[in-house]
Formats: sequence, structure tokens, C-alpha cells
Amino acid sequence: MSAETFPVEAGHIMAFARAVGDFNPVYHDAKAAASTEVGGIIAPPTFVQASAQYDPDYPLRPRPGMTWFGSGRTPSGLISESSASEKSESSGGGGGGTGLHAEQHYEYHRPLRAGEVLSVSTRAGESWEKQGRRGGLLQFREAITEYRGQDGELVVTARSVGVRTGQTVKEA
Amino acid sequence: MALSSKDLSVGDVHESLVVDNLTRTQIVQYAGASGDYNPIHTDEVFATQVAGYPSVFAHGMLTMGMTARMLTDYVGDGRLTKFGGRFTSQVWPGDTLTATATVTSVEQGGGAPIANFDVVTTNQSGVVVFSGAATARLD
Repeated sequence: MSAETFPVEAGHIMAFARAVGDFNPVYHDAKAAASTEVGGIIAPPTFVQASAQYDPDYPLRPRPGMTWFGSGRTPSGLISESSASEKSESSGGGGGGTGLHAEQHYEYHRPLRAGEVLSVSTRAGESWEKQGRRGGLLQFREAITEYRGQDGELVVTARSVGVRTGQTVKEA
Repeated sequence: MALSSKDLSVGDVHESLVVDNLTRTQIVQYAGASGDYNPIHTDEVFATQVAGYPSVFAHGMLTMGMTARMLTDYVGDGRLTKFGGRFTSQVWPGDTLTATATVTSVEQGGGAPIANFDVVTTNQSGVVVFSGAATARLD
């Protein structure tokens, strides 16, 4: 699942650019951005990742009526209070191993501008397995996401590779 | 603002300090902006007691986003045509990261000239945390 539409808002771009430590005015100052080559506020290169905000089923955001796996009264919402005093046996939040982001690749077809509403479609790519050096058996899964503009034209193509590890990854 | 093909040669290096002493607050800030609230990044109790890590650690995409800043400051706004790579090691609170682009080719092509870059981000111990490549349109 992913977002179907992604409204690209100036305030969201500003907050995202701040979070990656990028204070380039082209991401927050409409007046300054107007005098640049791109002529207005654009989104930084990795911004489309934030389309997760518009995915109604995004699992890494607490959702109403769903148990969140982060800490509250107990170290994990998935551990009941009665068993919380015992040491947790599970390693990794979603049960078993840990899902991590292995690769991310973008193709930019044109600048992405504040005010656009993108349509988003994601399809599965390849999947493969590898014996890991640090994390046991590694299962890789690729996803390709196309972000299209108002006229259906491609704006950004994203290819991500996720990896599920058999155990918690040890520090390098 | 953008780079000119006349000024670029294969092997040219551009380097930038992209974060000095990464804070847990910046990681949380990235979680809020990106929407990825995975508690391995945002929740020290969960990260240490449940997931078994020494602390929370940064989203790979935060490292990539900080690395992108080095690139766009170098090649100009809206000039990247490709950017990608692998997350090769975790980034922890307190880390200091340096991102480096090295010109691997400059192509004159039919239309606008383009440059290809190797992109590497390392931590304060010299460990590579992100390794990839980028392509940009030049003047």
C-alpha cells in the first residue's frame, strides 16, 4: 500500500528541509525562490519519501484503533503489562527480525514544485535472498514508485530496496 | 548557480560536513517531517530494551537527505537527474557525517552536458554510511 495522491505543500517542504538540515531558501522562501533558475519553491531530492504521510495504512505511524509497537507503559505496546516485568524475549518490533531500508534510488524527470498534487503508484520489483555477514539470512524486496504530475507526466521515479534480517543488526 | 561543464574535470571532489554531532531531536524532527515514526528511530526505550540496539539510530533516508544537500549545494537547484545509493552502516546520535561527490564523467551529449558523480558519506571514524551515485545537468 502507498498513498494514492500526494499534495506537495510548501509548509511540508519547509519542515522536511529543516529536518535534513537544509536551509536553502529555495525550499522555504517564495520570494527568494522566485529569483532562482527554477523560479519558485521546489522540493528537495528525497522529499517524495514523505508521501508516507498520505498513506492511510502506513504501518510506521500510530493509527487510531491500532496497537502501536513503541513504548508506553511497557517497552513495547506488543508486550502486555503482566509480562512486561519479565525480560522481553522478542528481538525486533514487528515480531522476529528487523526490517531496514537497504537502498534508495531516484530519477528526477523535472523539478517538483510546491502546490502540485502528485498521483502515486507503487509496484513490487524483484526479491532475493543473501546470507548476511552481520544479520543472518537477509531477504531483500524491491519496490518501484512512480510520482506523476497533473497531466500524468512522470516527475520522480523511486526504487527502494528493503531488507528483512533474521536478527538485530550488530553495530559495525 | 549551476555548474558549468567547462569548470568540471573527472576526479574533481566536492566535500561538505552535513551534520556535526547528530542529535536525537533531529532524528525525531525527520520522523515528523517524513512520517516514518518507527520506534527504532524515535524511542530509546523500545530501541534498546525491545529491539536490542545500543540506542536509537537515524533513518537511512535522513542520511540520504543530508547527503542530497551536499549535492544540490554543489550542482544547483533542480539540476539532479539521478541520485541513489545503499545504506551501508547505521548512523547513531552523536555521529558527524561528511558527504563527498567525486566527478566520474562529464558528457557533452546532444542536449545539455551532464556529469556523473560517485557519492559517499562517511562518519567521524571513516566508516562509509551511504554509498551511491548521482547525475546532474550542467550549463
